[in-house]
Amino acid sequence: MFASAAQIAVKYWPMFWAGIKVTLLIALTGTVLGLLIGLVVGSIRAVTSKKEPRDSTLSRVLKKLVYFLTSVYVEFFRGTPMIVQGVFLFYGLRPYFDWTPTVAGIFVISINTGAYMAEILRSGIQSVDVGQTEAARSIGMTPGQTMFHVVLPQAIKNAFPAIGNEFVVNIKDSSVLNAISLTELYFQSMKIAGTIFDFTSTMLVTSLIYLVLTFTTTRILRLIEIRMNQAPSSFPASQTVPEASITITQKGVG
Amino acid sequence: MAHLVEVKNLQKHFGKLEVLNGINFSVDKGDVITIIGSSGSGKSTLLRCINLLEVPDGGEILVNQEDILNGSLDVNQYRAKVGMVFQSFNLFNNMNVLKNCMIGQMIVLKRSREESEKKALDLLQRVGMGDFVHSIPAQLSGGQRQRVAIARALCMDPEILLFDEPTSALDPEMVGGVLEVMKELAKSGLTMLIVTHEMAFARDVSSRVIFMDKGVIAEEGSPQQLFYHPQNPRTKEFLSRFSG
Repeated sequence: MFASAAQIAVKYWPMFWAGIKVTLLIALTGTVLGLLIGLVVGSIRAVTSKKEPRDSTLSRVLKKLVYFLTSVYVEFFRGTPMIVQGVFLFYGLRPYFDWTPTVAGIFVISINTGAYMAEILRSGIQSVDVGQTEAARSIGMTPGQTMFHVVLPQAIKNAFPAIGNEFVVNIKDSSVLNAISLTELYFQSMKIAGTIFDFTSTMLVTSLIYLVLTFTTTRILRLIEIRMNQAPSSFPASQTVPEASITITQKGVG
Repeated sequence: MAHLVEVKNLQKHFGKLEVLNGINFSVDKGDVITIIGSSGSGKSTLLRCINLLEVPDGGEILVNQEDILNGSLDVNQYRAKVGMVFQSFNLFNNMNVLKNCMIGQMIVLKRSREESEKKALDLLQRVGMGDFVHSIPAQLSGGQRQRVAIARALCMDPEILLFDEPTSALDPEMVGGVLEVMKELAKSGLTMLIVTHEMAFARDVSSRVIFMDKGVIAEEGSPQQLFYHPQNPRTKEFLSRFSG
């Protein structure tokens, strides 16, 4: 099995490599776009979940409504498998825009990651000391300025390990998008395995490739984290990883 | 003459707990008023109401004869004129000392970067933190952080500066430096409203002292009157614990 795996890896390397490129493209863009979605949705959720003493009745109702809508988004995308979301959205929206599996794949993984990022950032935002907000408000900053200039920069830093973890998860979980014929690593592997009819050996190669990708990524993220903590503009290490921001990051194994 | 701040029959409760139960007092320009009293007497809540960090349940707060509890007030512009110094400093952790003092000037008062920086440097110099402009809050001691926090509030050119137990979270040896800065500010004519447990400071610096007990002002007067000839039995009891 190991000997044949080595042969498969060498012989079919161009196909594996094509898959690796798609996997990394999807995982990276999905994480970046997901982070942007999460920043917006997470901030909105942090603001709308909190009653301000001076809110009018109208803004109270609006807050409840917006919070409810973001909850629907977050719960739907965290509570259903990405493979189902992928097939549903790819075929469901195809009549409206004639998109390729790659574009659809990036869309699905971004919007899925966005739901997780929203919760990571919401808890990151809530882990920032309320005194920071009070100080900002006391010099006249609006809630929006306070969020943008004071709270979010600290929340992102606090949540960095969880944000990075989403990237690692996406490298693995993008494999389910083979269901919409996205030619990522798993899709390519199945093609190879089907051609030579040796699933075990092929998947051994595939596993090792995924492992190298995730292991390397984890190390790089760890280095960035250490650098961030050493930078002069940073907190003592003990403050950087509040427990609250780690607990909600685990997606199910794809 | 009209008062700078006038508080009338102020009420505040948290749930069933009555924290402020009919507070009346006024502040004139240039006053240095200290509020003393035991923990839980409502001192901090009173300050936080004036800054609108808490919204009172009843009564009026007039600032320059304008009712700040009226819904039409621009809260952010109002807060920019009322500085606040917190017990726990609350410097922005993601900015260095200089940026802490510039951000409000730039985005709230819309001053230029150059003007904000000049003002920040001036005031940091004044509080004795001129050598630390590029430090981050985590590198500073409590006393240094509080002096930066004072400079940050001063950068906004406040009409009145509120101090909420500014030295209570400090090591004893750090307290002196902060109080020195506050004394200097008091001499310069800044209007200040100070909640403190530093009795000697209250006696030496205040133009008027307010003793609060159980959500009401139990006694109010000059430092001489209040510290040496207290009338109210609760004031006597409270002050007997300090042999200042």
